[in-house]
Amino acid sequence: MKREHDTARAFDNKQKAAVISVVVLLGFGLGFGAAHLLAGYIAYWDIVSGPFLLSLRVSFVAGVIAGTTGVASGYVLAKGRFPGRDVLETIGSLPIILPPTVAGYYLLEVLSPGTRAGGFLTRVTGHVFVYNSAGCIIAATVAAYPFCMRAARTAIEGVDPLFEQAARAMGLPNWRVALQVTLPLARRGIAAGLTIGFARALGEYGATLMVGGDINGKTRTLSLAVLDSFTTPERDTMLLVLVLMAVIAMTGVGLLGRSRA
Amino acid sequence: MTAALELAVARQIGEFDLDIAFTVESGMSVLFGPSGAGKSLTLALIAGLIRPDTGTIAINGHVVTDCSRHTYVTTQKRRIGMVFQDGLLLPHRSALDNVALAVRQASGRRVRRAVARSWLERVGAEGFADRRPGSLSGGQRQRVALARGLAGDPALVLLDEPLSALDSAVRLELRRLIRGVIISSGVPAVLVTHDAEEAEELGDVIIGYNHGRVTGTRAVERPSCAEPPQAPRESTGPV
Repeated sequence: MKREHDTARAFDNKQKAAVISVVVLLGFGLGFGAAHLLAGYIAYWDIVSGPFLLSLRVSFVAGVIAGTTGVASGYVLAKGRFPGRDVLETIGSLPIILPPTVAGYYLLEVLSPGTRAGGFLTRVTGHVFVYNSAGCIIAATVAAYPFCMRAARTAIEGVDPLFEQAARAMGLPNWRVALQVTLPLARRGIAAGLTIGFARALGEYGATLMVGGDINGKTRTLSLAVLDSFTTPERDTMLLVLVLMAVIAMTGVGLLGRSRA
Repeated sequence: MTAALELAVARQIGEFDLDIAFTVESGMSVLFGPSGAGKSLTLALIAGLIRPDTGTIAINGHVVTDCSRHTYVTTQKRRIGMVFQDGLLLPHRSALDNVALAVRQASGRRVRRAVARSWLERVGAEGFADRRPGSLSGGQRQRVALARGLAGDPALVLLDEPLSALDSAVRLELRRLIRGVIISSGVPAVLVTHDAEEAEELGDVIIGYNHGRVTGTRAVERPSCAEPPQAPRESTGPV
């Protein structure tokens, strides 16, 4: 009983400390930010708005592509019985292991019109895939894909095969078993992978810099703008924005964790 | 008259050797024997979930497995219904949608749900049609699973120890329900159990199993004019 009471009190104290920290940070940040916003609102918005919207667009498209292909390939890897499955997964997971700049280097080799492969691709498609938003999307997709694929494979492998056998016994064809039984049962793990993939696409930096460049108003994503802001007079404002973002993110994660518990 | 099921198969799994042959006519046939005798493996072979090493299986006169000719009809095309020990209802679907998923008529969602609802009524489960399996008791789940096993208009129903995970009172109640619904539906059924009393109460024919072999087949004497018992209603209140 006493132990339960102590635990509850410790939890209360932790909650209080967390709330006080958030309030202090928010108060500090809002006061600090208000002064800066009053001083240079227009310049600040110019720096942030374009990259922010571009990042949202890029990460959304990359998230959809990486999510779709990641779940599909995760399903094939989980259910398929063919040699080389693990090799394929390792290749698909390379962007996690490789430094982002190395991934960017490979992408440039494949996409740049100046290389053999990239030149062929450009001639066949009639499009250039570097130093434009398409390049940013490709870089973000490559970064997000392994998270979606690996999470999907693990989640699908975790589904009790008896549910799938029962569905087959009901006469459901294999594609309906996949869509109506396996994927819904694996949805939590898949959703976790998609969330991490989206976040990874949103934060992509190295490969995006190499494939998309850092062209203001064209390929400068939020991550690239953060670095650029250190060379501008709005550096302090950007620092404040980052602090606020971190606080909001931490609060969100905390609330999510609490609602699941 | 064509037999509902004709089977003569052998399958080796590690040290265990299954080698069986029997025929099922109409009504309820019970595979009875101790745990590990190969009863559930037999159901898996009939359903096409596992392939035998040798032998043939015919359902309603259609050969679904013939090892010598490399004939293996997929599970989906065998026209069977299955009821598993723990129901295996999909947790993300309501009881009604679980049953509707098994309805094979491609006449649209409304028709499938209407058929599913009529099957839930027949097993006394219409009161919790909209509830998810997680909120149902074991007995309620098995009622829904029985409805699902029959909703697909199967040629043969396979019941793999459907009552073994239930407490004795619910088990007695569901025995009457299962026999009543199976007999009134006219669909031949094969039920697996290791409970002698259950085998006697449910079976028209009892097929004895031991160590992967059929040890004997016996018809159960029943009064010819006996009416199949009606499905008792299940409470829809909190469980």
